[in-house]
Amino acid sequence: MAAQTLPSRSSSGTTRKIGRIVIYALLVILSLVFLIPVYMVLVTSFKSLGEVNLATMWQLPSSLDFSSFGEALNELSPNFANSLVLVVPATVISAVIGSLNGYVLAKWRFPGANIIFPLMLFGMFIPYQAILIPLVQFLSQIKIIFNPANGQWTSLYGSIWGLILVHVVYGIPITTLIFRNYYAEVPNEMIEAGAIDGAGFWRLYWDVVLPISLPGFVVVIIWQFTQIWNEFLFAVTLIVNPASQPITVALQNISGSQIVAWNVQMAGAFLAALPTLLVYILLGRYFIRGLLAGSIKG
Amino acid sequence: MTERFSRDRIIGILVLLPSIILVGIFVYGFIVTTIYISMTDSNTVQQLSGTQPNFIGFQNYTTLFTATVDAGRFRTDLVNNVFFTILFIIACLVIGIGLAILLDQKIKGESLFRTIFLFPMALSFVVTGVVWRWLFNPTSGLNALPTAVGLPAFQFDWFISQDQWLKFNWQSLPTIIAIILLGVVIFFALYFWSHKRSQLAAFVTGIAILLLASLALDIPSRFNGLRNPEAKGFNLALLAVVVAAAWQMSGYTMAMYLAGLRGISDDLREAARVDGATEFGVYRYVVFPLLQPITLSAIIILGHISLKIFDLVFVMGGGNNIQIDMPGINMFFTTYRGGQTAIGAAIAVIMLLMVAVVIVPYLWSSLRSEVQH
Repeated sequence: MAAQTLPSRSSSGTTRKIGRIVIYALLVILSLVFLIPVYMVLVTSFKSLGEVNLATMWQLPSSLDFSSFGEALNELSPNFANSLVLVVPATVISAVIGSLNGYVLAKWRFPGANIIFPLMLFGMFIPYQAILIPLVQFLSQIKIIFNPANGQWTSLYGSIWGLILVHVVYGIPITTLIFRNYYAEVPNEMIEAGAIDGAGFWRLYWDVVLPISLPGFVVVIIWQFTQIWNEFLFAVTLIVNPASQPITVALQNISGSQIVAWNVQMAGAFLAALPTLLVYILLGRYFIRGLLAGSIKG
Repeated sequence: MTERFSRDRIIGILVLLPSIILVGIFVYGFIVTTIYISMTDSNTVQQLSGTQPNFIGFQNYTTLFTATVDAGRFRTDLVNNVFFTILFIIACLVIGIGLAILLDQKIKGESLFRTIFLFPMALSFVVTGVVWRWLFNPTSGLNALPTAVGLPAFQFDWFISQDQWLKFNWQSLPTIIAIILLGVVIFFALYFWSHKRSQLAAFVTGIAILLLASLALDIPSRFNGLRNPEAKGFNLALLAVVVAAAWQMSGYTMAMYLAGLRGISDDLREAARVDGATEFGVYRYVVFPLLQPITLSAIIILGHISLKIFDLVFVMGGGNNIQIDMPGINMFFTTYRGGQTAIGAAIAVIMLLMVAVVIVPYLWSSLRSEVQH
């Protein structure tokens, strides 16, 4: 490639070198700017309470102090557990539904699918405020949770089960979209060959489609995991009892109060960010694919 | 054979049916209910006492746009949201394409840089808000950074700043919009004229003359329903939200542009270079035109995010900071803290309309082009 540079530009060797240096310098500077908040979280959360003050905000901690993490864990670990209880089933159910829907829409086109699919997709762009009031009313009417302590039935409103339902339902558009686009790449000949062998809808799904679905599942699971873990509006509206709230709401609660020190808040932010950050660092390639699925079709 | 195929197709529809019903109820059914609630006087007191709400038509909407209670908080939200959306989109596009071009220069360690620029996307807006609140501390935080290299500290109160630029009176908003429209129309008239599309140019010029005439007759000001002057403007505090939001989202535009750049073949660029184009010229005449559809997608995706923005502002302002207040926050507090369900519903409907204006044409065109393929 480099050999193809025009010979007429004799000085291009040095200009090129300077250009490269400028590009790398810019990238390093921009990286440092992007990492400022990370630096701040780390230096603040490793400081002791006495060391956290505005004057020395930017300085490194004089010694590594883990007490803020202890306190943040103390405050947030029940909510961290709530988030796990919420995210795992909601993500798994979403992925299964999305896979089946995507299979139908990609391989069993039926009349009207061209209308139903965009109507479904619109659901992932709406501001959820526009459905929030009826949603709360609806969930509080569904009394299906039995409380053995007092022998009474309580509603889905205020329960983590209600929140799981909500995330599964509003996850249908994006999971269906990702799987539909994924299965669209699967050659129809594969399905037809299976059909000639006498396989029906379910057999084809089980024997032909599912075995090659792993990348699609990884993208959808990462996407839903991140979205649901990070979500705030449904969580703060639907779960009133602080003990049942997911981690984002609990983090906002401790950050809003004047009582909790900054080092604990930063340690809390670190804890709340950790699971999605780990997923991103370990499986970044699939994360980006999910990210682009929402914007670029096919 | 075909018989069995059609049986399988019916199974397919049955598999999809629960999702269709769920989306039908939870999206469309609930939207219709919200619209209905927004046309009643429903509130928490009524709900607790079990009285039925009364139908009052569009009164809640009139209240939002003309009532003088709470200093026109909703109108401030709209102004804030428009300024925030514009700045947020510009910031993300500029940073995104800049990073993408830098990373497209066959960089060593590209994946490390990409990881750094994109990792904020994996975070919750709540985490971003908590961390940036600490960074925006007026007496220290970002303001103190220049002192590290011996410069004077930066003076800006960030999200608690009370400064305002571009002040205007809400009553003159219809006139302002008409003037902006006039500018846009004149631009298009000149554009069509210079591209020798005289019919379109004549049509657009006609609109321009109509707009000009209506301005001369002071017609737009009749659309104002507000009795007393109400000062609005660009709250500088919004810059704090823009910085935090752009930090989180510009990696996303970078990823979109990078995917686009990778789709442009090296041969095409090399051909331009052989034709004597400078490196800048290659971007100006070959790369940027090919990236235009991506820019449009990015504007729509970022725009609908900023119209809905909630968590980040909630954490930074907690609903008590009118300088950075947004429609989404106002809806939440009006409904669940103020107990005015119907007014909250009206705000939600207006938010939905704003998002639909952006999203519906986008969905329409992208799915139509898919069918054509």
